Amino acid sequence: MNLINFRFDLDAQGIATLLWDMPGRSMNVITEQVMDELEAVIGHVGAQTAIKGCVIMSGKDAFSGGADLGMLEASGRRYVEMVQTQGQEAAMAAFFDGSRRLSLLYRKLETSGKPWVAAIDGTCLGGAFELALACHQRIVTDNPKTRVGLPEIKVGLFPGAGGTQRVARLMQTGEALQMLFKGEQLRPQAAKAMGLVHAIVPRDELLASAKEWIAAGNKGLAPWDDPKFRAPSGRVFSPAGMMVWPAANAIYRRETQDNYPAAKAILHAVYEGLQLPMDLALKVESRWFAHILRSQEARAMIRSLFVSMGELNKGARRPKGEPQARIGKVGIIGAGFMGASIAYVAALNGVDVVLIDRTLEAADKGKAHSHKLMSEQIAKGRAKTAERDSLLARIAPSDDYAGLGDCDLVIEAVFEDRNVKAEAIHKAQAAMRPGTIFASNTSTLPITSLAQNAATPENVIGLHFFSPVERMMLVEVILGEKTGDRALATALDFVRLLRKTPIVVNDSRGFYANRCVLNYVREGHLMFAEGVPPAMIENVARMAGMPVGPLSLNDEVALDLAWRILQATKADLGAQAIDAQQERLLDDLVNRHGRLGRKNAKGFYDYPDKGGKSLWPGLADLQSVKADPDALNIEDMKLRFLVTQALEAARTVEEGVITDPREADVGSILGFGFAPFTGGTLSYIDGMGVPEFVLLCDRLAKAYGPRFTPTELLIDMAMKHETFYGRFGARKAAA
Amino acid sequence: MADAFIYDHVRTPRGRGKPDGALHEVSTLGLATSALTALRLRSHLDTQLVDDVILGCVDPVGEAGGDIARAAALASGYGNEVPGIQINRFCASGLDAVNFAAAQVMAGQHDMAIGGGVESMSRVGIGASGGAWPVDPAIAIPSYFMPQGISADLIATKYGFSREQVDAYAVQSQRRAAAAWDNGHFNASVVPVRDINGLTILARDEHMRPATDLASLAQLKPSFVMMAEQGGFNAVAIQAHPEIERLRHVHHAGNSSGIVDGAAAVLVGNGEAGKAAGLKPRARIRAFANIGSEPALMLTGPVDVTRKVLKRAGMSIGDIDLFEVNEAFASVVLRFMQAFDLDAARVNVNGGAIALGHPLGATGAMLIGTVLDELERSGKSTALVTLCIGAGMGTATIIERV
Repeated sequence: MNLINFRFDLDAQGIATLLWDMPGRSMNVITEQVMDELEAVIGHVGAQTAIKGCVIMSGKDAFSGGADLGMLEASGRRYVEMVQTQGQEAAMAAFFDGSRRLSLLYRKLETSGKPWVAAIDGTCLGGAFELALACHQRIVTDNPKTRVGLPEIKVGLFPGAGGTQRVARLMQTGEALQMLFKGEQLRPQAAKAMGLVHAIVPRDELLASAKEWIAAGNKGLAPWDDPKFRAPSGRVFSPAGMMVWPAANAIYRRETQDNYPAAKAILHAVYEGLQLPMDLALKVESRWFAHILRSQEARAMIRSLFVSMGELNKGARRPKGEPQARIGKVGIIGAGFMGASIAYVAALNGVDVVLIDRTLEAADKGKAHSHKLMSEQIAKGRAKTAERDSLLARIAPSDDYAGLGDCDLVIEAVFEDRNVKAEAIHKAQAAMRPGTIFASNTSTLPITSLAQNAATPENVIGLHFFSPVERMMLVEVILGEKTGDRALATALDFVRLLRKTPIVVNDSRGFYANRCVLNYVREGHLMFAEGVPPAMIENVARMAGMPVGPLSLNDEVALDLAWRILQATKADLGAQAIDAQQERLLDDLVNRHGRLGRKNAKGFYDYPDKGGKSLWPGLADLQSVKADPDALNIEDMKLRFLVTQALEAARTVEEGVITDPREADVGSILGFGFAPFTGGTLSYIDGMGVPEFVLLCDRLAKAYGPRFTPTELLIDMAMKHETFYGRFGARKAAA
Repeated sequence: MADAFIYDHVRTPRGRGKPDGALHEVSTLGLATSALTALRLRSHLDTQLVDDVILGCVDPVGEAGGDIARAAALASGYGNEVPGIQINRFCASGLDAVNFAAAQVMAGQHDMAIGGGVESMSRVGIGASGGAWPVDPAIAIPSYFMPQGISADLIATKYGFSREQVDAYAVQSQRRAAAAWDNGHFNASVVPVRDINGLTILARDEHMRPATDLASLAQLKPSFVMMAEQGGFNAVAIQAHPEIERLRHVHHAGNSSGIVDGAAAVLVGNGEAGKAAGLKPRARIRAFANIGSEPALMLTGPVDVTRKVLKRAGMSIGDIDLFEVNEAFASVVLRFMQAFDLDAARVNVNGGAIALGHPLGATGAMLIGTVLDELERSGKSTALVTLCIGAGMGTATIIERV
């Protein structure tokens, strides 16, 4: 056998070892070539009577991350081409055959008659773990980095190479479904407790124990190929099955709002597969896999959540030629909630922090926030006391700007007021080393105007963190007119140091994310004014795919802030720039009823000390009209929530605030939870097609108001049948 | 089109549907045979006139499987020539069996047929026959499947029925059922179930709790709280009816239909067949209808199907003297009365399934007999019988005395 990706050895006892070690790659992945070679080896092992069995292991630090998603994308392109040349049915048949090749290959291994052992060290995920599941014995190391799992669901796919069928035959049905839904990376102990792996051994005993299992004379027979096999939960149509399936279907809906076809496909594949013998079960799984592979949701999620996010994390927008910034110490001015949170995240990632406020007392209070967050982690068993101590040792509270003298980056997070910010900039400049980059964590004030306070505006940049900083994975990096490349490179390097994802946006009121979010909240307010029951506004927004209803979100952000933003917009741009109904509603809530949001426990919701929040009954009196819920068009409501945000995203492209569709998409999912199954705001538009989106906007504008009127750019793109990725995605090639 | 007349009706008493229930020792076949034999004997029925025996049964598996109707016809001495067929439309099966019999008669294809039903819930068990609807993702998910009790709670939440209201309704059902027994209102139709020696096994409905009052019901915890929360069904209910912030769980064993065993049979035929059998028609089946309704609410089908059958019959709600609306859950009947703004004095006047129990496949046929007896007793003429049905359906039948 002529192998490129594997090394094949046979020892004196007749036990083979297949070492997976792809040249020129840090991680093994499943490619067409890997499948070709694996197929040859399976045939060879099966055919040679001298070979007793085979151990498969990795020659790298990790076992494998699974299938090459690029390969899956390519199969989709081939399908589209083949439809043109050979027609729909032939193309689909070829696509189906191609998409189940891995599944058939694993089944061939499983039924080859020879025992196969997967010897796993490091991560073994997705298609690679499905390979392990097809082996007759799975041994993992106690290496702290060892993880197994089937995370396909996170990019809109599901385990389609036998994963659903084998997991459902190893575990109780309810637990199997949960494992497949969650897509978690499991530690060795957890995987063993679940019955997914057979043994845990020290790293240096891995190969020996794998060979020993074969030498002991164990058979190459999967449990489900034994005629006496019974699935752990018994038959689907049994009292036990009746306990599991109705709830599984309902929990699917609860967790996904029925927006994630891959999760539903898991239910289908397991339900149907458990009623069939293995080969037919695998075929049915393949039918669902081919179906899901071609779904808009999978394509959009793979692109945004895997490809684009990976590219942005690797510095797709980083200026070429700028040396890596060394950030050992960061100065943070303002120890309020945001400043304290940024300090925590920086210290958590090994950066020293000088946390400055007007008084030492205020700075200490900011540091105490880190103590609180770490203590919560300790209470949950996720951190140790020593880790808290070392983290806290990295944060130096101070009331003296002189502490900025040896900082590699300074971030201000002072009160959102132009004069307060200007003062912080002046004081910082006097203390900073010359040339140090200064970042402003503003959410509303334009960076260009703030930079005018600095002697070197090219060194000023915006870093818009989202709250709560420790959980939100996005940072908007805002370029002022004069922001230089070094400032951008430093900001991006810092964001990566914090293990967050950056998007780079040009200066504008509200930047990118908040503009979309404000539209979302406004749509909720307007529905309220139309008489839609408040619970329906909230529930339908979640059904549309948003993580939080607009009224809840507004409560979190604070209603008086929404009121102030509206008044500021009115002052700057005139009364026609705001919606009078929205103004009236906020005026009622904030000024007449003193309802400020969660912060005073009174917003759209009441927040009792004990028990969960519930909608304020007084809301009914603020609605002058009441709509009949049974007569409302729920699908239209969902569209309104998503379209208002997508349309705003399109405007930011048109205005040059967003220059790369990947950033709009990734930013929308990470920053404000925009329906992830769409792939993000612009993928939502591209996915339905720009002409269709324009028609939809026209219809919504007629029915619900001119705010839905499509923009010139969209109309132009529709006429030319362009997409955002087609027209604005050129950076991808340059990156 | 021929008229379909009702010539007779019998039912067994309803035994508590548990191993300690009196009818637990009686097989499904035995229950059906009790009803069919009684019908044959008391009408001195020439069974050669019977073209078919149609029996509803909701869990037709095990001893209730394999066409229980043919087995029961044979075991009841109807003779080899009388066929049988078992049908299933969940809770309306017994009424649909009567309607199917009537439809054949009206169409001129049968002269006389029996519609009825049987269910031994204590022996076969609810849900024993399985089915795709609750479990197959291909239908459970798009149809917003929920256990019926949670749909009943959804109805109560959506249409604003409080715990006090549903409990008050249940107390009324118990009082009315007790009064009906005390005053002999069921005597004309209930035939005792006897053993092979002629000894009585059960002669009277066994599930009733006449002493029930609001205070005793208030002690009961709602039944579906945990299932709805842990099983994800609260979310399903809310996604189907998103104007609801939170589901209020108000139903419990005391305001839901009782699980019981029983059987019933209704003799239907055209005028000539009645004459040939020497029987006098008691009522005419004027119209019937079936409908599908919103599947998440599931149990509001009686409202939709009543509108449909009234239209079909050219009648209005005011033309109906008495209603039998199956008391699957209290909120079902409360919603029915709310939708048509009905006076409670016209609805379920002898109590219903909350007090008496609901032997799934048989109930529809029992309600026809109960309301016919009441029309005759009270001198009224027209009645409407309707049942809510799993997966969101409704069946209704209008009868009028002749």
